[in-house]
Amino acid sequence: MEQINVTIDGIQVSVPKDSTVLDAANAAGIYIPTLCHMPGHKPLGACRVCLVEIEGGRGALQASCSFPATDGMVVRTNTRRVHNARKAVVELMLSAHRQDCNACNRTLNCELQAIAKRLGIRENRFEGEMPKRIEDTSSPAIVRDSSKCILCRRCVEVCQNVQTVGTLFAVDRGFDTVIAPTAKKELAEAVCVACGQCVSACPVGALYEKNHIDRVWDAIADPDKHVIVQTAPAVRVAIGEEFGLPAGSRVTRKMVAGLRRVGFDKVFDTDFTADLTILEEGHEFLNRLTNGGVLPMLTSCSPGWINFIEYFYPELLPNLSTCKSPQQMFGALAKTYYAEKMGVDPSKIYSVSIMPCTAKKLEAGREEMSVVDGLSDVDAVLTTREAAQMMREAGVDFVNLPDEPFDEPLGISTGAAVIFGATGGVMEAALRTVYEVVTGQTLENVNFEAVRGLEGVKEATVKVGDIEAKVAVASGLSNARKLMDLVMEGKADYHFIEIMCCPGGCLGGGGQPIPTTDEIRKARMQAIYAEDEGLPIRKSHDNPAIKALYEEFLGEPNSHKAHKLLHTHYTPKALWPTDVPLDEVKSK
Amino acid sequence: MESCNSNCCVQCDAEVVAIVDKCGRTECNLIPILHQLQRSMGYVSNEAMEKVAAELGISVAQVHGTATFYSLIYTKPHGKNVIRLCDSPPCHLQGSGAIRDAITKAIGIEPGETTSDGNFTFETVSCMGLCGVAPAIMINDDVYGNLTVDAIPSILEKYFACCCKEGC
Repeated sequence: MEQINVTIDGIQVSVPKDSTVLDAANAAGIYIPTLCHMPGHKPLGACRVCLVEIEGGRGALQASCSFPATDGMVVRTNTRRVHNARKAVVELMLSAHRQDCNACNRTLNCELQAIAKRLGIRENRFEGEMPKRIEDTSSPAIVRDSSKCILCRRCVEVCQNVQTVGTLFAVDRGFDTVIAPTAKKELAEAVCVACGQCVSACPVGALYEKNHIDRVWDAIADPDKHVIVQTAPAVRVAIGEEFGLPAGSRVTRKMVAGLRRVGFDKVFDTDFTADLTILEEGHEFLNRLTNGGVLPMLTSCSPGWINFIEYFYPELLPNLSTCKSPQQMFGALAKTYYAEKMGVDPSKIYSVSIMPCTAKKLEAGREEMSVVDGLSDVDAVLTTREAAQMMREAGVDFVNLPDEPFDEPLGISTGAAVIFGATGGVMEAALRTVYEVVTGQTLENVNFEAVRGLEGVKEATVKVGDIEAKVAVASGLSNARKLMDLVMEGKADYHFIEIMCCPGGCLGGGGQPIPTTDEIRKARMQAIYAEDEGLPIRKSHDNPAIKALYEEFLGEPNSHKAHKLLHTHYTPKALWPTDVPLDEVKSK
Repeated sequence: MESCNSNCCVQCDAEVVAIVDKCGRTECNLIPILHQLQRSMGYVSNEAMEKVAAELGISVAQVHGTATFYSLIYTKPHGKNVIRLCDSPPCHLQGSGAIRDAITKAIGIEPGETTSDGNFTFETVSCMGLCGVAPAIMINDDVYGNLTVDAIPSILEKYFACCCKEGC
């Protein structure tokens, strides 16, 4: 690519021809504040915080995120005029922003707060009318609070273009503008998959998860309750970030210790049921393959993806594995197998999960997710952020915690389970097991590199005995859509497809520490594979606790009992329910 | 709003497809498509927006968000005659407030309302590019500038529903 020279604050840099002024400033090591800008996405130019002076231009300050750099351009970012303009822009934002910062879940991790501090804002110059507040608590997963929204449209970008769900968009104009579902419907009435990528993208506290912290504290405080917790694979490589550790820090055993300090009676691992998922899903796949079942089979671990396929590709529901997700398998076993084993009444067991995910909150509330009458299999779902918050409230000094192991037996797992947290991991784990089940031989190299990495769509052909298994992996719903369109058109001859709702898989989930960038995804991913390498057992079917579970309780994979407890069904959902007139919108 | 009966939806869908075909089946033609729809149907219904979204392969939220951004695109049925009063600063400084009161006095409704006989919808809009003749209104496609309070009744007279026996 042709290079151009740009001078910024007297520093000359050479950058590719299609760079923006902001790119050039970054190359020169000069900080420009941004709010609407997301690296790797097309410039939005909405917030105007990144204003700079361009010499010889028309005199107007320009938004550096979207202004193209040209050869010989001279830019100034550190002038009184720029300071004042940026400050005014942020002060105007603050004038329409409900500033109850102490009570905001994003305090100290708020980009607006950080920029206000950095720009030296010390007073509210523009006090006046506030836009009407819409607080939407209708969704079981995500809360919207328009009084915090700065209209940067980052959530719109991820919802429309990264996830292609298309829930959120700017509605109305000027002072009345609100980021909302179509016709300002509530989230629960809108087509929303609850993935939480909007939460992850939000620079402020306008979008956040539905709080489950209080109900968990209540359960812990209740002497009649036996409170158990399961932790998803992706949580252990991210929760350290909440305590200032670098992305990719492996803190599995500190996390276990921290959860004990919080007061959980037993600390178990979703990885246990991830191994179980592989046994159930692997056998389901082999059964479909040999008995002419519906192919390609699609994985079913990711609840955002389940919501997506129910809305957008209901024709493909027969392709979806009937396996519940590891979270729900765990919940089902907690109230049956574990209750029996411990001699505890299932109604006394309070089952909590810690998930990198917001959609898991919705999944836990699905009415079919109850194996014991009247009880939810999973009673509360905490995001990684909420789990860290509980530890803070409990006074846990996370960084200096000792390493502690999970409780047994539902805490025993393998390397195949931990990689569920990365895109391609379920596929790789399944291949490790399917290979050995089909061939009866030991798989020497368990690493399937072709399905690893952050690429949106990956494919591979794997020889399993006599079968050339063609597999594909996608993460991020725009990528899932590409694969599903191929399947619908009959242009895909895959046998098995893994889909994860969030880009990068669960490690980039909507419940993970904020921010999540590609760089952070990579670091978490490396940590996931390092966890796998570090475990003595790396194939799900070799997990001794899983073997015991089948011997003592389930019988064999896909047995009647396994079907009853560990498998589920799906329901097509109407895309645009026209029976609800869009104008009849409840607004608060 | 009343929901469409199925017959009407079929017609509406066919109309949308025809307009999308005419304007071009790409996202960039969304605004011309919305204008055409409004011209042919009077306003852009929710059903029409859903169909446009499906035809262009974009989200309903995007179509709705775009439609609600523009004050000249209607997402609800409106009266036979639409009075648009500019309330942007240039018209405001030239006395659009008094013009608003005069219109309300003449037809008995506030901005944002439609008369009970369905003859008039009255609304305030952002700048229509008529600052040179501020204060200004548009009634349907007709422009009236340099307005005074006294001029309002005679301007509106032309648009009152005819009450003669022939029903002209």
